[in-house]
Amino acid sequence: MSNESRPARQWLLTLPSLTWLAVFFVIPAILVIITAFRPADLQGGVGPGWTLATLREVQDPAYLPILWRTLWLSGATTLICLALALPVVFQMARVGQRMRQVLLLLIVIPFLSNFLIRIFAWKSLLHPEGPLTKLLIVLHLIPENAVLLNHVGTVLLVLVYTQLPFAILPLYAAAEKFDFGLLDAARDLGAGPWRAFSKVFIPGVRRGLISASVMVFVCCLGQYVIPQMVGGTSDEMLGSKIAQRVFSDRNLPHASALAGGLMLAVLVPMLIVVLWQQFGRKEAE
Amino acid sequence: MKRSWLPAIITFGVILFLFAPLVVLVVNSFNASRFGGEWEGFTWNWYIKLWSAGEVWESLWITLKIALSASLAAMVLGTLAAYALHRFRSWLQNVHHMLITLPLVMPDILMGMSLLALFVLTGVETGLLTIWIAHVTFCLSFVTMVVLGRLQDFDFTLLDAARDLGATQAKAVKKVLLPLLLPGVLAGGLLAFTLSIDDYVITFFVSGPGTTTLPLRVASMMKTSRSLPMINALSTLLIASTFLFAALSSRLQRRV
Repeated sequence: MSNESRPARQWLLTLPSLTWLAVFFVIPAILVIITAFRPADLQGGVGPGWTLATLREVQDPAYLPILWRTLWLSGATTLICLALALPVVFQMARVGQRMRQVLLLLIVIPFLSNFLIRIFAWKSLLHPEGPLTKLLIVLHLIPENAVLLNHVGTVLLVLVYTQLPFAILPLYAAAEKFDFGLLDAARDLGAGPWRAFSKVFIPGVRRGLISASVMVFVCCLGQYVIPQMVGGTSDEMLGSKIAQRVFSDRNLPHASALAGGLMLAVLVPMLIVVLWQQFGRKEAE
Repeated sequence: MKRSWLPAIITFGVILFLFAPLVVLVVNSFNASRFGGEWEGFTWNWYIKLWSAGEVWESLWITLKIALSASLAAMVLGTLAAYALHRFRSWLQNVHHMLITLPLVMPDILMGMSLLALFVLTGVETGLLTIWIAHVTFCLSFVTMVVLGRLQDFDFTLLDAARDLGATQAKAVKKVLLPLLLPGVLAGGLLAFTLSIDDYVITFFVSGPGTTTLPLRVASMMKTSRSLPMINALSTLLIASTFLFAALSSRLQRRV
């Protein structure tokens, strides 16, 4: 269609979403980084002038253990989610169409229920008076006075619980396209089930594996509600500190410096991946 | 060939893991015991208490208003964006595509923080409007992705056929493209609606006095132990409506 290629038409169709995202996504992101160089005022806003003081404050060695905890919790969550998601999508791709729909629905429904409610559910499940604690005590799996809540392990457990669907869905999209004949071929050629799974299936869903890991890892990096609600005072993550600086200390520049650092750490690698993919898209055409 | 049972067992375990906490919530909402350690008899008590908790229903009303208006706006913006991304190949669309993709991988706390910075620095008072803006922003990318998926299956020769038969471009879009695209747009809107109702983190950053949405209300209820059993009842109602929603949207998808 000749009139489809008119540049005016393209601009007209692109401008609404492009403008919206420029004003409410790009500019705010830049503002966060700028705010890190502004002094704080007492009302929780930003004072006049410029300063490097906040940047020096943020280099406080007290942040190092928090940064480390954020990284290892996110990494561990990603690994556990992938280890659980891989066999699940393998199974889903092999069952019949109808069963597959049912399984997909079963995985999506808990994912769609309210985020806070899912955390609350774990909180009441792991409560000292809760059913799971009592069951484990009866089975002599934990000592009488064990506390399951407010522990870094609890944070990890709930992180895995909330992020698991983020791992399953992209992997499932990749597994759907995987040619399972390849697995049978590998088995015919003498590979054991584990070898066929690890040498043929896992490389076959590599793309899904990458996007699942990125999704889960990045989502974990910014968490603060989970450590706040099921973790102890020593289980804070980087997000907890950002929220604390905004809402308790009302120090916007300090929070911005932390958030800006996290943002650069997330967006710069992402930008490279997106650009790389677009380059690939162009080459494929 | 003999298949391993291991993947099936793990799948079963994962589904059990996903549902166990939710089942406990639902059961506890009918349990007379406060913490649900043991069954102390059936009761409607928590639902009756919830019914008379006026502030909860007020929050629900605010949440629904925001979710409906934000998902409508995101549907319009997202459909236009998807159409542009699908029809054109240019540097502009490369930038456009990048801008649509990045919010999908931006952690919630950063989106909340950056919007708060925008509103504080421009002197906009936080409230209903700022929550609406934030929700449209994070829903937009999701709607675009869903509609884009649909467009990839759309047969664009149908539009040419309509033109050949004498329809104007506008009429062909209205009578051919939009009706066929509608299920995709609705599915995107439904996703946006669910995300908007669910959002806690971003809303927390940009909310003001008098704009306590339902997730914010639940969070404040979680702090007082007196209202904990009421959350069980509320959660059960929300989980039930999620089931209803999921059934509705899967019906919508199947019709295509």
